[in-house]
Order: sequence, then structure tokens, then C-alpha cells
Amino acid sequence: MIAHLPILQVIIPLMAAPICLMLKRTQLVWLFSIIASGLAFAVSILLLQQVMASGVISYELGGWQAPWGIEYRIDKLNAFLLLIISGISTVVLFAAQTSLEKEIPKDKHIFFYVLYLLSLTGMLGIVATGDAFNVFVFLEISSLSAYALIGMGNKRQALWASYQYLIMGTIGATFILIGIGLMYQMTGTLNMHDLSQRLPEVEQSRTVLAAFAFVIVGVCLKLAMFPLHLWLPNAYTYAPSIVTAFFAATATKVAVYLLIRFTFSVFGFSFSFTHIPLQTIFMALGLVGIFVASTSAIYQNNVKQLFAYSSIAQIGYMIVGFSLSTVTGLTATLLHMFNHALMKGAIFLALAAVIYRVGNVELNNLRGLGRQMPLTMAAIVIGGLSLIGVPLTVGFVSKWYLLMALIEQGWWPIAVLILLGSMLAVIYVWRIVEVAYFKEPLNKNSTIKEAPMSFLIPIWVLVIANIYFGIDTRLSVGVAEAAAQSLFGVAL
Amino acid sequence: MVIVAFAIIRMKDLFAVVMLLGIYGLISASFFIVMDAVDVAFTEAAVGAGISTLLMLVVIAMTGRKEKANRHKPFSALFIVLVTGGLLIYGTLDMPHIGAVDAPIHKHVAPRYINDSMAEIGVPNIVTSVLASYRAFDTFGEVVVIFTAGIGVLTLLSVARRKESEEEISSINDSMHEQHLVIRIVAKMLIPFIFLFALYVQFHGDFGPGGGFQAGVIFAAATILYAMLFGLSTARKVINQTFIQLIAAIGVLLYGSVGIVSLMSGGNFFDYNVLASDPIAGQHLGILLIEWGVGCTVASVMIIIFFNFAGRQELHQQKERVQNQEPS
Repeated sequence: MIAHLPILQVIIPLMAAPICLMLKRTQLVWLFSIIASGLAFAVSILLLQQVMASGVISYELGGWQAPWGIEYRIDKLNAFLLLIISGISTVVLFAAQTSLEKEIPKDKHIFFYVLYLLSLTGMLGIVATGDAFNVFVFLEISSLSAYALIGMGNKRQALWASYQYLIMGTIGATFILIGIGLMYQMTGTLNMHDLSQRLPEVEQSRTVLAAFAFVIVGVCLKLAMFPLHLWLPNAYTYAPSIVTAFFAATATKVAVYLLIRFTFSVFGFSFSFTHIPLQTIFMALGLVGIFVASTSAIYQNNVKQLFAYSSIAQIGYMIVGFSLSTVTGLTATLLHMFNHALMKGAIFLALAAVIYRVGNVELNNLRGLGRQMPLTMAAIVIGGLSLIGVPLTVGFVSKWYLLMALIEQGWWPIAVLILLGSMLAVIYVWRIVEVAYFKEPLNKNSTIKEAPMSFLIPIWVLVIANIYFGIDTRLSVGVAEAAAQSLFGVAL
Repeated sequence: MVIVAFAIIRMKDLFAVVMLLGIYGLISASFFIVMDAVDVAFTEAAVGAGISTLLMLVVIAMTGRKEKANRHKPFSALFIVLVTGGLLIYGTLDMPHIGAVDAPIHKHVAPRYINDSMAEIGVPNIVTSVLASYRAFDTFGEVVVIFTAGIGVLTLLSVARRKESEEEISSINDSMHEQHLVIRIVAKMLIPFIFLFALYVQFHGDFGPGGGFQAGVIFAAATILYAMLFGLSTARKVINQTFIQLIAAIGVLLYGSVGIVSLMSGGNFFDYNVLASDPIAGQHLGILLIEWGVGCTVASVMIIIFFNFAGRQELHQQKERVQNQEPS
């Protein structure tokens, strides 16, 4: 069975989805989804161990040799991503049942889990595959299920948000498809590894240039990179809270992964960064993104929206690290993907708990919540500290690596800008702290209680992970560094 | 094609636009035939010209057929479209010519498909061997995409309906459908043949153009035709919602379990060679089964989508009627 791990990673949640549709009882479906997601998590741990020990794993689907058939190719980079996605998915699912009670009509719960598993499948599939067209197929699975999941939000705006995302997402996916088509035309292959070997021959042609442009713009749409981020805040705000927690922690990471995969592995470092002024463009957009999104976050009164803008800003940090195109820079980006998943997972799950008790997350309604729901609010505060980058949290580790990478290149001014960006995070996190801890509750007699255990356990698992990986960085830094080095082809 | 596309953009009458979209689909299908891509043409004809037109008509019945006047001119959108178009044309400049023998696509992967697929898979239609065996996992992904779409429509559109309203609707339907007597009789004669043709396409995919996708769509189209002419509630009596959901799920499971069985019998996922003692027989069995999976899911998802859209429409009409009655 060990040899089949790469495919099991994707096939377990995939097959679980239609089976869920056949199980009639909601409770059963929920448990079944947890098991499926948990198994996927277990598989991803085994895969990561295997990759770290013995290098790239290639799995030929249908038994056909690579460029003819489809290949699953697991290296350190995607093993790392698989771990993040399936891990977060499993933790979030534990809180799903309680949260859904208040947010989604009872008769749609089963559909919710089916779509959730499909979305998980899509993301795992995108990451695991070594075939460019297969990426597109799984991108469709994850996007379609994402549109439906977001549209399930209980406000009417959810449908509009989902529609906006649908249009932008479809444009993104079409661009990626056009890019893949053009690449196929120039090389005659769809396998990524094969592409990377055949593209340099035709690198000078305008068709390859156009292909590159389409793929990058398409991926950046999915990534919600500034200025293509407009769909994200509404989508995150109006989606059911569980969906927000899941997507905020994973979906954009998948897009960042695609960006790294296409620029480094498929088109190759020399093409992406020397042929094209990608570095300058991404650095500028990343920085502007950090400032614009952080500033917008400060002015939001809906806390979900506030953190949605903060997510866009965090993507900015990943992009800056990426644009440095050095091993340390890339390590910082990968680390931040891991760490940001932990922070935002914890924060949005805690917000889900607040919604469960309070009904909404308008800043005004959070007054005095620090006393009424101490554990939940503490989780948001720790998550917030992590966003700012306070030592002993994971946020500090990734900011530290990013600054090191910048200083290594002698880019002091940008390092200073990054620190200034963190100051903006201090402001928006402080607004929440102020309201929750230093203001009297709106209604003194209100009987808002602490969130139920089904929320607290997953929230605190993530919070503790936030602190644990802030102190013991062997796993996250170790893997991120190894992945970054292998992308640059540095021998280990 | 260009003329039709412009007409679609400029026209305000949505009914005409949908019809033109159907024509657009048909022209693209003919275009694919000229390019010798018969399987693609078949799919385009079934999906682009067929079922999507039907679904859009249902939507129009709900939303009204006139586009709202739109005064603001989206110049920034035009700019982006021009840039994208420009980039596409720029990209074509270095492309190999159509049909050039030395184009990379003809030299790398394709020759093996063309030369060896008969020996390796034993299916005369190369497209089928690529879709169902060499790249079976992509096709599986596509089936899951369709399944996802069906579930998505179900979650967002399905409405809990009350029993009484359904009876009321069916009585109205009956009176309404009395008018289309000729169409109903012709359809009654045609529908069995359409079903038969769907089955033919399903089984004949190995040898000629066609396969599960097209067969599923044709099958669904026949069902939808029946539902349109004889009323949704009549069609619901034949095929109920839970049953059709089950079929959609079973389709995906059937496809996937072929992979799992091959995995259990010692091959890789979707390695049909291990399904039977003789590799060619294994390939045949595998392809046959997965095509059934595809057909089941595609047909049932199309029907699900139609039922839910049309169900919404009935609800909509009902509300309007209630509103009209109130003032009097």
C-alpha cells in the first residue's frame, strides 16, 4: 500500500464525497468526513516522511509511463503543502457540526460535507499532480465546490459574493487553461517535469512568453494578489464561518504553490527571473498589497472582513519573499504559508465560535466579549499577535526569515517597509482587543457563554500549534528550507 | 462565427441570444469536424448546441427575456479585453502552422498514441483510448467536476416543496400542455429513439466518436424534453430526486472503484491491464465500466440541474399568481 500513497492522498476524500451523499444521517456524514480527512492527513504525514528520507516519489497513473500517462510527482514542496491542507481541513471539520447548526438549514448539511470533501480533493489534487492539465481539472473541482460553499452563507450577499468569485475565478481558470494549451502547442507534452526540459528549447518564442503571461495572471487571480484581490473580502465575509476558516487557511496557499511550481519548476528559474522583470513587478505589487490591504483592514467594522483584508496583506508578504528569488526568500514564503494557515485557521475558527454565540461579528457586538468568552477571545488575540509577528509565535519566525532574506540582499529600505506593515497589523488587532477587553458589554445582562467544547478544542489545537511552531521550528523551517533548496537545485 | 458572436453581444432580446448561442455551438461543432476532431465536435454539438441551450431557456423563462438597459460604458473592461486579445494574437505569431508535420505536438507524445494504442489497448478509436486509459485520471476528474456542479446546483437552488402546491401545479401544467398536442405526439414517437441513440453512443464509443459524456447528455436531453412537454411533476413521478442523486453518486463511485480494484489487484490506480488475465481484455473491461460511470453521472447531473432550475421557475410562477390574485 505504501507505494500507492500519492494517489490515496487524493482518492480517499474523493471517494468519500459520493459515499456521503448516500449516508442519510447528518451525524454519520460528519463523522465519516472527519475520518476521510483524517486519513488524508495521515497519508500526508507518511508522504512527507518518505520524501524527506528518500527524495522525489513518482507515481504513474494507469501504469502508463510519464509523458503519455498522468504522473503524480511528490517532492518536498508539495508534500509540505499536502500536510498543511489536509491538517487544517481535519481540525476545522471537528467544529463543523456545531457551527453549521446555526448557519445552514438542516436539510443542506449533507451537501455541505460533500462539497467540503470535494473542495479538499480539488486542492490536494492540484498540489499532488505532476501534470499541467490535471492541475486544471482539479482546479475546476476545487473552484466549483468553493463557489457553492460560499454561496451557502446565510445572508443574501453570500450569493453575490460567490457570483463575483465565480466570474473572477473562471477568468483565472480560463487564463491558466490558455497558458497550458499554448505550452502544449510548443512542446507537445503536458507533464510538468517533461515541460521543464522541453521549454528551454523554445524559450525565445513569443508563444511561450504569452503562455507564461496567461498562466501567471490566471494564478494571481486565484491568489487574490493585489490588485486582483477584489473578490476575496466579500467571499470570506459572507461564506459560512467554517468555510472561511478552511479557505482562509488553505485556498490561497494552493495558488501560491501553483505560482512557485510554474515559475520555478515548469518555466525554470532562469526564464522566470532573468528573462522577464518578474522580480520588480512582484516586489512592488507585494509591497503595495501589504499597505493597501492592511490600511483597509483598519477601517473595517466587520471582524471577518477585517481579517479577510489582513489575509490579502499576508499574501503580500508571501509575494515579497517569492520575488526575492533566493533560497532564504523562498523559505520565508513557504514558512509563511504554513504559519499563516495556522494563524488564520485559529482566528477564523474563533470567529465562527463568536458567530455561534453572538450571531454576528460586527465590532460593536464584540464589546466586553473578553470576559464572556475568555478562551475564544484569547485565541483571537494570540492569533493576532502571531499576525503581527510577536516573538514566540509562528508569525515571528516567518517575518524573521523574510527580513533575513531582504537583508541578505542588502535591501534595507524594503525591510523597513515590512516592519512598518507589521505596525499596521498592530493597529487592526488592537481595535479588536480594545473593544473586547476594555469596553463594557452592550447589554449587561446578556447571557453569552463561552463557546462549546466542540469549538474550543480545535481552536486551541491551532493556537497551541501557533506557539509550538513558534518555538520549535525544526519541522516547519526544516521542510521549508529543504523544499526551497531543492527548487533551486542546490544539492543537499 | 464572428458575426454570430457580435450579434450575441449586441442583442438585447435574450431569447434570440440563446438561440444564437445554440447556432454558435453548432458552427463550432462543424468547425471541429473540419479540423477532423469528430469526438470534440460531437461533444460540442451535444453540450454547446444542445443541453446548454435548453438550460438557458429555462432560466429565461424565469428571468424574463429582455436585458436591462445598461447605460454605463465599461471602457476599462474593453481595455482589458483588448490587451488579452492582443496577447493572444502576439502568442500566435510564433506558433507552428496548422497541420505542419514538424510541429512539436505531432512529434513527442502523440506518435505513441497513434502507433501503439491499438496494440496496447485494442480500441480503434484513439481518442477513447487516450481519454479512458492513458489519461483516465483526467476524465475521472472531469466526472467529479460534473458531480460537483450537480451538488452545487442542488445546494443553492433546491427548495423544500409542499405537497399541495405540487398538485396545483400539475393541474395547471395539464391545461397548459393541452395546447401542444402535435409536439407531444411527435415527441412521444421520438423519445424512445433518442434513448436508443444514447445507448448506441454509450456502447459504440470504442469504435466511433462518442462515449459516456455524449451519451449521458443525449440521455438527459431526452428526459428533459419529456419533462418540458408533459410537465415536471409527471417527469418527477418517473425519476425522483433522491434516486437521481444516488445515480450521480454511483457513477462517480463506479469509475473510482475501477481504479481501486486495479490497485487491489496489484497494478497502479486505473491500470486496467490487471483487471483480466489478458491485458487487452482488461483494458476493454475497464473502459466499458468507466464509460458507464461517466454516462450515469453526466445524465443524472444534467437532469438534476434541469429539475432544480425548472422547480424554481414553477415556484416563481406560483408566487406571481398569488400576487396577482391578492389585489382582486
